[in-house]
Amino acid sequence: MSKIVVVADARSGRIKKPTLEAVGAAVDLAAKCNGSVVAFVAGADNAPAVADLQKSGAAQVVSLRSPALASYSGDGYAKVIHAELGKHAPSVVLMPHTAMGRDLAPRIAALLDAGMVSDATALHFEGGRFGATKPVYAGKAYRKYLARRAPFVATLRPNVFEIRSGGGATTTEVAASIGAGELLAVVKELAQGSTDRVPLQEARVIVAAGRGMRGPEHFGLIEDLTAAFGPGVGAIGASRAIVDAGWRPHREQVGQTGKVVSPQLYFAIGISGAIQHLAGMRTARCIVAINKDANAPIFKVAHYGIVGDAFEVLPALTAAIKAAVAH
Amino acid sequence: MEIIVCVKRVPATDSKVKIAADGRGLDPAGVEFLMNPYDEYAMEQAIQLREKAGAGTITVVSLGGADAQKELRQCLAMGADKAVLLDDGGKPNDGCSTARIVAAWLKTVPHELVLCGRQAVDNDEGQFPSRLATLLGFACATEVVALTLDGKVFRAERDIEGGREVVACPLPAVISCNKGLNEPRSPSLKGIMAAKKKPLDTVAATAVEPALEFVSLMLPPEKPPGRIVGSVQELVAALRNEAKVI
Repeated sequence: MSKIVVVADARSGRIKKPTLEAVGAAVDLAAKCNGSVVAFVAGADNAPAVADLQKSGAAQVVSLRSPALASYSGDGYAKVIHAELGKHAPSVVLMPHTAMGRDLAPRIAALLDAGMVSDATALHFEGGRFGATKPVYAGKAYRKYLARRAPFVATLRPNVFEIRSGGGATTTEVAASIGAGELLAVVKELAQGSTDRVPLQEARVIVAAGRGMRGPEHFGLIEDLTAAFGPGVGAIGASRAIVDAGWRPHREQVGQTGKVVSPQLYFAIGISGAIQHLAGMRTARCIVAINKDANAPIFKVAHYGIVGDAFEVLPALTAAIKAAVAH
Repeated sequence: MEIIVCVKRVPATDSKVKIAADGRGLDPAGVEFLMNPYDEYAMEQAIQLREKAGAGTITVVSLGGADAQKELRQCLAMGADKAVLLDDGGKPNDGCSTARIVAAWLKTVPHELVLCGRQAVDNDEGQFPSRLATLLGFACATEVVALTLDGKVFRAERDIEGGREVVACPLPAVISCNKGLNEPRSPSLKGIMAAKKKPLDTVAATAVEPALEFVSLMLPPEKPPGRIVGSVQELVAALRNEAKVI
């Protein structure tokens, strides 16, 4: 029987959506290969994360604990996770494609000498082999890979895979044998942004804006529309042009040299839709473009479009969204 | 300090993708290739570290075919001291084989710091830096947007979801560079002239088979054309009733 291990990103102490989606993807893959799903979490105190993972659909939760793991250390985490993987001999190891997953999964893959696919949007089990498909060349193409040997490692793009739920997972507590003196690179400080702001990659709705907003002083209109969806739902995105112009911070940039996002609903307001921008958002479930120029390339990827001036459309749209969300 | 900068030759991001006849790779006809944009941040960081220390050697390395000499020359023109082409004829590699080939070559040269871009914009994998660090047993910080060296320990900042973390990363180290770290310089005319006389060696790459099979390359499914709506009310109704996203 194949074992699929999902390594949780529990940096905030809790399990967030991208990890739950990875467990969901593992449950679906396990159904195809008659496998079972084990969720790993590493840290100093994993109790809240374990409670979240017990309901995630995994059959077993493994909690790797050590005081040395209180702060994230890529090499330290990889070491204890790799040691534990030896007991499970998994066919597949999955992580969410989060800041932690992007850093940690390749280290685990290197220790396993395993093939890995980053930012996967589909998982495969064909003829006894595992693999994945992912966007390449800025989302202009998809490549399908199959592993030549086991195990196979992948990180999964957030907001693509379905969350499954379950109960009755067994929990195994493991005292990880690692001392603080063995760690190489360690996180020393963590500056969290304000908690009422949703991280861009986790937002269900993104309101992204570009040059069409004419200047940073007009972003109240963008903030109003973002807020209209209610607290904890929306985040503001930005095109590369306005980040380079200093209107908005780089952390808001969507696109090839910014963040890759896949929200349920993406507004592109006054964004022409350069290929570099499309690379960051074309897998959003629903794309709405608002642009004065009816020939703007953004309309080619948009599901819905309004040809018009953002300054006229936005106040009415904000009011209509507020009314719709209230019902 | 002996600094190694890893660079990759990639298709320009605005190039059109055509699938090769075998259905597995990119048809390179008519595609402009250039240095991976993130690698420019790595190259710039290497120069700044050398300037600050007032000493050190920068060796730039690329795994690929003979055509990657163009990108290596560009790095020499920016300020690298020497260049090495790890020649594998331009075969497709995955993260596993790339890291193992470069790690094998690093055994033959002095190195204390390896700088890379956060990911190459062809396959967008981003595996190479932390895989390489793991194989070397080096400390590693990835996707770094601010970097300072205090004695033998880097203070590296990286953006995470909803915040920023500071990593203490001691030498020897692998650092992967993100946009925001610096403003890469353009090669000066003097630099371009000097680059012609700098050493560019070709070394046969160690043969390592990829752990993945490249099964197929596909264009995204055709999306039905979107709909231009006439009013905000029509849009909100469509988002609610058709797309079911609000």
